[in-house]
Amino acid sequence: MFGKLTIEALPFYSPIAAGGALVTVGGALLVFLVLTWLKAWKYLWTDWLTSVDHKRIGVMYIVLALIMLLRGFVDAIMMRAQQAMALNSGGYLPPEHFDQIFSSHGTIMIFFMAMPFMTGLINVIVPLQIGTRDVAFPWLNAVSLWLSAAGAALVMVSLVIGKFSTAGWTGYPPYSGIEYNPGVGVDYWIWAILISGVGSTMSGINFIVTILKRRAPGMTLMRMTPFVWTALVASVLMAFAFPAITVACGLLALDRLAGMHFFTNAHGGNMMNYVNLFWIWGHPEVYILILPAFGIFSEVVSTFSRKRLFGYESLVYATAAIGILSFTVWLHHFFTMGSSANVNAFFGVMTMIIAVPTGVKVFNWLLTMYRGRIEFHPSMMWSIGFIVTFVIGGMTGVLLAIPPADFLMHNTTFLVAHFHNMIIPGVLFGYLAGYMYWFPKVFGFAFNRGWGLGAFWCWLVGFYLAFMPLYLLGLKGMPRRMETYNDPTWQPYLQVAAFGAFVVLCGIGCMVMQLYVSLRDRNKTRDLTGDPFDGRTLEWSTSSPPPPYNFAVIPTVGDREAFLEMKEKGIAYQRPAAYEAIRIPSNTPIGVILGAFAFVLGFAVVWHIWWLVLAAGVVMFAAVIVRSSDDDNEFTMSAAEVKAIEDERFRVMGTRP
Amino acid sequence: MTAACDLKRAAVLDPKGPIALAERNLLFDAFYVMMIVIVPIIILTLWFAWRYRASNTKAVYAPTWDSSVKIDALTWLIPAVIVVAVAVLLWRSTHRLDPYRPLESKEPPLDVQVVAQDWKWLFIYPEQGIAVVNQLVFPAGRPVSLRITSDTVMNSFYVPQLAGQIYAMAGMQTRLQMLADQPGTFVGRNSQYSGDGYSKQHFEVQAMTPADFDAWVARVKQGGARLDATSYAALAAKSRANPITYFSTVEPQLFDSIIDKYRHSGHAHSAPVRR
Repeated sequence: MFGKLTIEALPFYSPIAAGGALVTVGGALLVFLVLTWLKAWKYLWTDWLTSVDHKRIGVMYIVLALIMLLRGFVDAIMMRAQQAMALNSGGYLPPEHFDQIFSSHGTIMIFFMAMPFMTGLINVIVPLQIGTRDVAFPWLNAVSLWLSAAGAALVMVSLVIGKFSTAGWTGYPPYSGIEYNPGVGVDYWIWAILISGVGSTMSGINFIVTILKRRAPGMTLMRMTPFVWTALVASVLMAFAFPAITVACGLLALDRLAGMHFFTNAHGGNMMNYVNLFWIWGHPEVYILILPAFGIFSEVVSTFSRKRLFGYESLVYATAAIGILSFTVWLHHFFTMGSSANVNAFFGVMTMIIAVPTGVKVFNWLLTMYRGRIEFHPSMMWSIGFIVTFVIGGMTGVLLAIPPADFLMHNTTFLVAHFHNMIIPGVLFGYLAGYMYWFPKVFGFAFNRGWGLGAFWCWLVGFYLAFMPLYLLGLKGMPRRMETYNDPTWQPYLQVAAFGAFVVLCGIGCMVMQLYVSLRDRNKTRDLTGDPFDGRTLEWSTSSPPPPYNFAVIPTVGDREAFLEMKEKGIAYQRPAAYEAIRIPSNTPIGVILGAFAFVLGFAVVWHIWWLVLAAGVVMFAAVIVRSSDDDNEFTMSAAEVKAIEDERFRVMGTRP
Repeated sequence: MTAACDLKRAAVLDPKGPIALAERNLLFDAFYVMMIVIVPIIILTLWFAWRYRASNTKAVYAPTWDSSVKIDALTWLIPAVIVVAVAVLLWRSTHRLDPYRPLESKEPPLDVQVVAQDWKWLFIYPEQGIAVVNQLVFPAGRPVSLRITSDTVMNSFYVPQLAGQIYAMAGMQTRLQMLADQPGTFVGRNSQYSGDGYSKQHFEVQAMTPADFDAWVARVKQGGARLDATSYAALAAKSRANPITYFSTVEPQLFDSIIDKYRHSGHAHSAPVRR
């Protein structure tokens, strides 16, 4: 009846694991009670969970990302604490538990923090920047969101029922195969990634179509904002790269469930086929994450330097070049496989070549600041901190791209420091810059700057303290993922790194305070104009928060800084003689239902509850059929309603001090 | 100061053989070339941020200056030139330091076969007919030619001060060359996470004078333990933090049979192995 699932699956094997489960269950219960106490369930259901509005879907993505950031960070600080104390001792975590933590940390941060954060920002901003009312496929967008959430939920549930994978976030076989890992952990990992990966592929397709087909009149490709360009290239990469990991995880699932031998040691299996497939997705994935962050930096640096972006065309070509080159470098993740010198040298050189367009971008941000009037908004601080720190990571990346040098430092903490040096300042700082930049647009009130700056400084200082020691430890030959060690000279470095993680914790505390203070003061800090930063692009031309239809009249674009041009010509706030009725997609519960049953399906496969797999599959299939046969999925907002909303907007704008 | 002294002895920065030395020097060369562009970028970023702060109204303000063909060309050329320089370095060094390429030396290399197990390392000396667990001993000044496989999940054989690393994979063989300039004791590890005992899966590497090495071989040969199919199976079972163990005789072809048991156990045949 319940497959492999028994009462044994509860985490009573260690008090710390039981504590983690308790916090998860307690947190979920607390949220449930607060929502019930606020009587917010109906509002949550009708206005959010069933919404197909790209802005709300974007916000839900970002909420998911921030929750998972907390979870992933708890994993991080637990690892740092373990390594700080585990000299010649077991520390406080047994290997079995430590191994789950580094696996879930990587999985969560990449798939369930960075990916939703990026998709969320693209969702909120891209339609506004290209001057459209919604994405090309609004319902598909909701399905993508709920599949991502289902994947994240599977990872969270593994804390409470059963165990998570110990095979690292990359899940290399044969270790992740059934022979060496018969438990449910790897299955949780596989199905979390398979389910959310389908969502990511569909998101990619959705935004390719949206950006290519739904731009406002006059917005040629070379008038798109840098963020839209990077979102477009990232979406193309998503659509082409994600199938590779879906195939890799699918074949691994067949090895585990059906006794096949794609990646096993014996019977003709070859684990390196998995490793190749994984990184054919994995390297483009790095650029899927970082390109939109580059786009955000371009927007932020230009806005807060009060200056046109320097070298726009260079930036566009650099973005496209990175997109293509990102598919030609995957083997640099395993120069130590033993391939021939020609193969290694080829992939090494290709990796170096990617440094050229990346370098171009850095120069362009610098030259945008040159002769500007720089305002140190938190978003600008994230950007400056990013440039200074990111070039260090780029440098260590070039070092690792030289195969013989990689032989010395592959799999050491030097590598760990390198990729965190790309992903924290490059990706996360970019997303946080975007989060603090567009927050007033989305919610209609200011985002507290003081706490934002506090968060920035803690993250920056914490980053250096946490990862510079890891570079040095790598030079001392410390492999990654060690639960215990016997070299006393490592310990001081690990203690500094643990302190760095603690400083980052203060940064997260500042972020929580920033949310609280901003929310508390919201009535005093309303954004009445919709344009708090003297913005240059179309998202600032509409109200904050934007109305359901985004633009009452679709704008006509004459420059790549479309809104600035309108303001300069004095036509930014012109009102039409008459408003027209607008068709808007209706909310539907089918997206959230699909997500919920995808979760059930994943959970049932993990525990081999086959009847439930079948049942969940039937429900999902039926839901898609129901949705497909529903022709009445839009409603009309009448011209009078639009006019009422717009009248109110211009009345409020007139009241500003 | 103590940190600086400590770092001087850092395994990667303090190589004890020509291969690790060449790899480290490569690291330094690439590092210096990169500094040509990294340092100016960091300085310019901080300088521009300060110089063009909004409150400094004396600074020139050019809000519409957004392109210059000459500067655009430079932004592509500067990184391109640096990349070409490092790429040349990369191409040559990758061929010169190919781990499969035998070292040039007057002395014939010492062959050692390496088997990664859960969670220990087995070293088989085919010429001497001996085997050792968790200790790799060889004469200083003589090249060592390693053939590496795994009898479990993927491992990575890693001796930072002498050779760098390469993966150990079941059913396959990889190679690595090493050479120690002077007698000495070094640390070797598995750097590829492989399960519960991974953190303690390190081994001792000892380079000895040729005379000491011969004496060591003679001592191992006196031990009496035999490594054959039966004792191998017991050895290959999971165990952690194993002490150094000697086998005075080894069944011939043991190494090949460890690889072949994965290669011939099914209908399909794996891709040809690069030997």
